[in-house]
Amino acid sequence: MESDESQSEWIPLSLRPEWADVRPVPQDDGPNPVVPIAYSDDFAETMDYFRAVYLADERSHRALHLTAEAILFNAGNYTVWQFRRLILEALKTDLHEELNFVDFVARENSKNYQIWHHRRWVAEKLGTDAMRRELEFTKRIFSQDAKNYHAWSHRQWVLQALGGWEDELAYCQQLLEDDIFNNSAWNQRYFVVTRSPLLGGLEAMRESEVRYAVEAILTKPENESSWRYLRGLYKDNAKSWVNDPQVSSVCLKVLTSKNNYLFALGMLLDLLCLGFEPSQELKNAVDALNYESDPSDSNLAKTVSSILEHVDPMRVNYWKWRGSTVPHKRV
Amino acid sequence: MGELAVEKHVKYVLSVEKRKDDFESVVMEHLRMNGAYWGLTTLDMLGKLEMVDRDEIVSWVMQCQHESGGFGGNIGHDPHILYTVSAVQILALFAKIDVLDIDKVSNYISCLQNEDGSFSGDMWGEVDTRFSYIAICSLALLHRLDKIDVEKAVKYIISCKNVDGGFGSIPGAESHAGQIFCCVGALAITGSLHHVDKDLLGWWLCERQVKSGGLNGRPEKLPDVCYSWWVLSSLIMIDRAHWIDKEKLVRFILDCQDKENGGISDRPDDAVDVYHTYFGVAGLSHLEYPGLKPIDPAYALPVDVVNRIFFGK
Repeated sequence: MESDESQSEWIPLSLRPEWADVRPVPQDDGPNPVVPIAYSDDFAETMDYFRAVYLADERSHRALHLTAEAILFNAGNYTVWQFRRLILEALKTDLHEELNFVDFVARENSKNYQIWHHRRWVAEKLGTDAMRRELEFTKRIFSQDAKNYHAWSHRQWVLQALGGWEDELAYCQQLLEDDIFNNSAWNQRYFVVTRSPLLGGLEAMRESEVRYAVEAILTKPENESSWRYLRGLYKDNAKSWVNDPQVSSVCLKVLTSKNNYLFALGMLLDLLCLGFEPSQELKNAVDALNYESDPSDSNLAKTVSSILEHVDPMRVNYWKWRGSTVPHKRV
Repeated sequence: MGELAVEKHVKYVLSVEKRKDDFESVVMEHLRMNGAYWGLTTLDMLGKLEMVDRDEIVSWVMQCQHESGGFGGNIGHDPHILYTVSAVQILALFAKIDVLDIDKVSNYISCLQNEDGSFSGDMWGEVDTRFSYIAICSLALLHRLDKIDVEKAVKYIISCKNVDGGFGSIPGAESHAGQIFCCVGALAITGSLHHVDKDLLGWWLCERQVKSGGLNGRPEKLPDVCYSWWVLSSLIMIDRAHWIDKEKLVRFILDCQDKENGGISDRPDDAVDVYHTYFGVAGLSHLEYPGLKPIDPAYALPVDVVNRIFFGK
């Protein structure tokens, strides 16, 4: 409906018979505005008419159409959206129609706060009826921008408020197949694993998720997200993190490959500081990367942190500090 | 790269009004209050706040106040907490907080707190940790933190903490440097930083620095000058700013200047705007770039302004 209007030739409101009875109200910027704004004439005229209906609190069909026009000029105007909601409520408009309108606006403005807030307001009113459509809507956004923060918040809200958890883990998997570096998809995976009512929680999921994370790490060991995900799977359970042979073994594999081993060294350092006893193989793998400091340094954690200082010079102060906090222990 | 083009940036901020019909002006109209805060704070950091007419601005700000006590983004616009904090900050810059009916403004803000301690941005109820920060920052500047349930507000913010040490907009949302600034800032103002895992978060934050020296807001995203502020302020508040390479970041920000016409952009060679100009200059101020006023990492106001408010200096 309104979306078609924008495609046809734009007719000034002053020339439209249905607006003849309205006197437009110009913007009052004060005498010498601080951050004065220049407007295009069409946009300015639309806003002048908008102010007129807004001040008259006219909750009519023509006012609804006018808000659509104003939004198509500038989707960021908070007051226009707010007034639109008041009109929608007063007119008891079909809210499925309204979702069509938001679909249209979102094509150009998927990072605009107002759109998402409005969408949520509409979906909340429609309830579980809107669930499939909202999940599809966010999917469409992710096909353009898989890290859109607003869309992810919206999707999490839909899952928690309206449901639709069944396919979510598979969806995360698909996104991670498209881009294994997508931190938003990793975050969503964690969200599903820890919060889905269908999966039994983190403890129940740990084993299979550790396998998944390890595989992802071995594919791209330079991926910050998969390493953090692996660590997150042992939330509040550092002991099993330190003792799980899968964790030390993924570190070892990456270190022996001698490629992109920065995060592997970082995790090994974490483990060592928590009392992990390294195997001879791990010690050898670390020594093989140690071109700088004295290879006979008996404290493996110190050796690891000094290697990190060299391979990650931008964060040299962080790694120096890590080295300085290595617990003193038996050789 | 060269140096900070101070005169050009002052000219740019002052001359936004003379540029007609550009895209930035149209999209800025409804958030002019934020634009004014960015522009004026930039001028103050550059030591040029006296170049604007204080009384005129204060009078315009007050005309944006709604009967509810909140401020709109412009005259006649609906109030929102996003514009209310900018209004309070602008008045603070000019030592003019006393023109406010403080009870009225603080009532508007405190009424936006929800049962779970979170804050909505306005009467429509959108919840976001950005609004927690804004409420806490504004009320602190007004000496009215007692109007809200601080303990619950803190509890809500903690519920948005992730396993990587960062924070998101709501519980479960991805860690994001902007949201981290808001959460850490709110915790700093309320004396609750002990809830932050400083070493873990500090590492996450310093991992945001990429090869070019710039900072991104999330893993694998492009660097952007605005994160010089969000990331660096957070690192300063948790006392870990020395974990990044400061020289490289200074160079990145200076590379984002329009040296001909003034202004700073998100990345080198992009179009400038007043938002990134503010964040670039504020980032350089944190990096102790010579000639800039120091800025407070939590209140996002020059340190002398914050001292005046809290220590009467």
